[in-house]
Amino acid sequence: MKNAGILMILGSAMLVGLFFFPMWNIRLGAPQYPEPLGIDIHVNGLRGESEFDIQNIDGLNHYIGMKTLPKPEDMWEFSVFPKVVAAMALIGIVIGLLGVFQKISPIWFLVWFVLMSILGALGIYDFNLWLVSYGTDLDPNAILKLVNPDGTPMQYNPPLIGHKKLLNFDAFSYPRAGGIMLGVGMLLTLAAYYFGQKSRFTIK
Amino acid sequence: MKTKIFIINTLFLCSLAMLMSCGQSGDSGSSGALGSSIAEKVYVAPGERDEQYAFLSGGYSGNLTVYGLPSGRLFKEIPVFSQFPTSGYGYSEETKPMLNTSFGFIPWDDLHHPDISQTNGELDGRWIFANGNNTPRIARISLTTFETEEIIEVPNSAGNHSSSFITENTEYVVAGTRFSVPVPQKDMPIKDYKANFKGALTFITVDQQHGHMDIKFQLMMPGFNYDLSHPGRGKSHGWFFFSTYNTEEANTLLEVNASQNDKDFIAAVNWKKIEQYVNNGGGTKMAAKYAHNVYDESTHMATSTIKEEVLTVNPADVPGAIYFLPTPKSPHGCDVDPNGEYIIGAGKLSANITVHSFDKMLSAIEGQKFDGDAYGIPILNYDDVLAGSVQSGGLGPLHTEFDGRGNAYTTFFISSEVVKWKLGTWEVVDRKPTYYSVGHLMIPGGNSRKPHGKYLVAMNKITKDRYLPTGPEMEHSAQIYDISGEKMELLYDFPTHGEPHYAAGCNAELLVNNSKKIYRLDENKHPYGITRPSEARVERKGKEVHIYMSTIRSHFTPDNIEGVKVGDKVYFHITNHEQDFDVPHGFSMIGQATSEILIMPGQTKTSLWEPKRVGVWPFYCTDFCSALHQEMQGYVRVSPANSNIELSWSLDE
Repeated sequence: MKNAGILMILGSAMLVGLFFFPMWNIRLGAPQYPEPLGIDIHVNGLRGESEFDIQNIDGLNHYIGMKTLPKPEDMWEFSVFPKVVAAMALIGIVIGLLGVFQKISPIWFLVWFVLMSILGALGIYDFNLWLVSYGTDLDPNAILKLVNPDGTPMQYNPPLIGHKKLLNFDAFSYPRAGGIMLGVGMLLTLAAYYFGQKSRFTIK
Repeated sequence: MKTKIFIINTLFLCSLAMLMSCGQSGDSGSSGALGSSIAEKVYVAPGERDEQYAFLSGGYSGNLTVYGLPSGRLFKEIPVFSQFPTSGYGYSEETKPMLNTSFGFIPWDDLHHPDISQTNGELDGRWIFANGNNTPRIARISLTTFETEEIIEVPNSAGNHSSSFITENTEYVVAGTRFSVPVPQKDMPIKDYKANFKGALTFITVDQQHGHMDIKFQLMMPGFNYDLSHPGRGKSHGWFFFSTYNTEEANTLLEVNASQNDKDFIAAVNWKKIEQYVNNGGGTKMAAKYAHNVYDESTHMATSTIKEEVLTVNPADVPGAIYFLPTPKSPHGCDVDPNGEYIIGAGKLSANITVHSFDKMLSAIEGQKFDGDAYGIPILNYDDVLAGSVQSGGLGPLHTEFDGRGNAYTTFFISSEVVKWKLGTWEVVDRKPTYYSVGHLMIPGGNSRKPHGKYLVAMNKITKDRYLPTGPEMEHSAQIYDISGEKMELLYDFPTHGEPHYAAGCNAELLVNNSKKIYRLDENKHPYGITRPSEARVERKGKEVHIYMSTIRSHFTPDNIEGVKVGDKVYFHITNHEQDFDVPHGFSMIGQATSEILIMPGQTKTSLWEPKRVGVWPFYCTDFCSALHQEMQGYVRVSPANSNIELSWSLDE
């Protein structure tokens, strides 16, 4: 149980990585952009992969009538998410410590994991809503008004994960260090539960 | 049917035979550039980049061209001494001062000898210097922006030809006069040239941080023609060597009268000694007008200052600083090997190349072994300083470069070839023809302690049949040779713009990572620049109308302007708000008596328009900036001079 507690502390502490590294990244490459434009999605806002990438993506997006990319103050997520992440990390570490000192059952590790999974799923759902909203809520006076073969307006939301072709751009959407640390951390907390349970039964 | 098959078979056999013969010529490798292995050496596949940069002088184009090696592809023409409508250099209000001189605005010059800045005798890739030959000037070009940043005029000089060579830590850029002139200029009979005209050798300091140039002193030499020069390096650092001709001091029909002396001189100048003399208060200040033009990257503007005074040094006042090395047959090229021991004088009317020894020169000076003097400057004995002579077998040697492996390569104008020979043994190793009548040659880094001896570029004066004909006037031709082996191998021909005299080259790595992609808008300090479209406005100051305008894909802000009147001077101050690589915007106005301007991201440029007729006149973006480039346009309403329409401006109202 001691080792399981340490795993739990380690796992939940890895959430802190979100404050230092981007969680997700969307990269846009095109023939005339051999060095792709990139948006790093941090828990507290969007940043360009290179200094002027956000400005240049906004510049391109104006052709299709897309809104400019949100500043941290434009979206409640960027102020709430950091608080949630910090709270969950703290709770996880406390649970882990209690685990080390055998004060609680490993089931709490699982509770933390399930709660975090729900929050994560909500986050991803919200992220996808945002992508769809940006990709579809376009200015009716846009310069380029393109339609699909079936006559419906073309949508420009990048993929949630993976690759998608958006006109001349190849959009790639993948987790970055912060997001990967979150995932690995969560797996560690699950492992903490597993080993915690196992050690309990062996002791018995 | 049978005949058809027969014909097809015959064709097939013929083509097979052709294929095989092609293969054979490729295998033999000696058949010139047809060999496939040779083609591969210059082939830079689409998307790949060249190994080296080559900066070729444009000669009478007044500009500098940037090529890649080994492909010979042209990347850019950098405007230096000539107006350049492509970018608006010399036309925009910001760059007009760059071409100011003591004679006023001069739209052109003859750019000769580029030289890349050095540290410890090795190329450092900070700047490239070049000389204007006609109205004597030295320019400094930034190798981060690839734009001309500074031009200094050289007073008391004429035909600024033995220039712009730099010392091995870029302490000085040196400019010598080809034509001697009265100093100071005065009204006098031409026939009184002898003993009255002077040849100024000018030493210009280079500020190590900003590169700013300042004339430290001018050495007032006898009235010979100072043709070319090179700095000492390594052990001979601190000396500078100038070839001379017309030591006869003829003032007419020089082709005959300046070819009478069997030997002219290479002047060896101990500049460190003269520098010390000057630092201790030596020299004479004299009145001399010359322009000093500096372009500021943050304001995107040039300013021209006329200076009034220069410090001159009389050689007689610094004994032991200058010596003459007799050199046969009107020497042209004056080159120093990478170790600094050999000073090569190419007597342009000779078959042979004369090589002087720096060490022997020093001992001759120490032994006071002189063969008379010229205007008080000691002449050393030819035999005392001679290291050797290359029995070249060619005719008309001009210039020599080095590969860093103990070999020298000399061009021969008259016999139209490059000759490779060994330093020290003076034996000829190889010779290859050039097409035709080669002038300068360049090995990247060949003018430093560490040449990158892989390619050699020969720059020819005569083109004739090398390319598809284009009428009587055509571009000059250059050839690239692979010099990595014992024998030189001709790889490729490529046309060059203007008339390249000399060139400078370096490995690509030295520059690629320093090359700027954009100018930062938040660092733009142009007095008429605007950093936000909301600052766009139009202001009137009497007859002057100043339009503060911005551009971003794909519109001008503002694009409708009213209240301009006939007789106004309308200044379009345009800031390009793009911060993306390679998104310039251009500007031109109908009926405008100037060139377009091309504005790089983050830059501000100003275009002057003096409307002469009433009407509504369009302007547009001249650079195909985006898919909506054709929509990037605007109108200015011009009313009669006595109209009382107020200034107004708008975008999308």
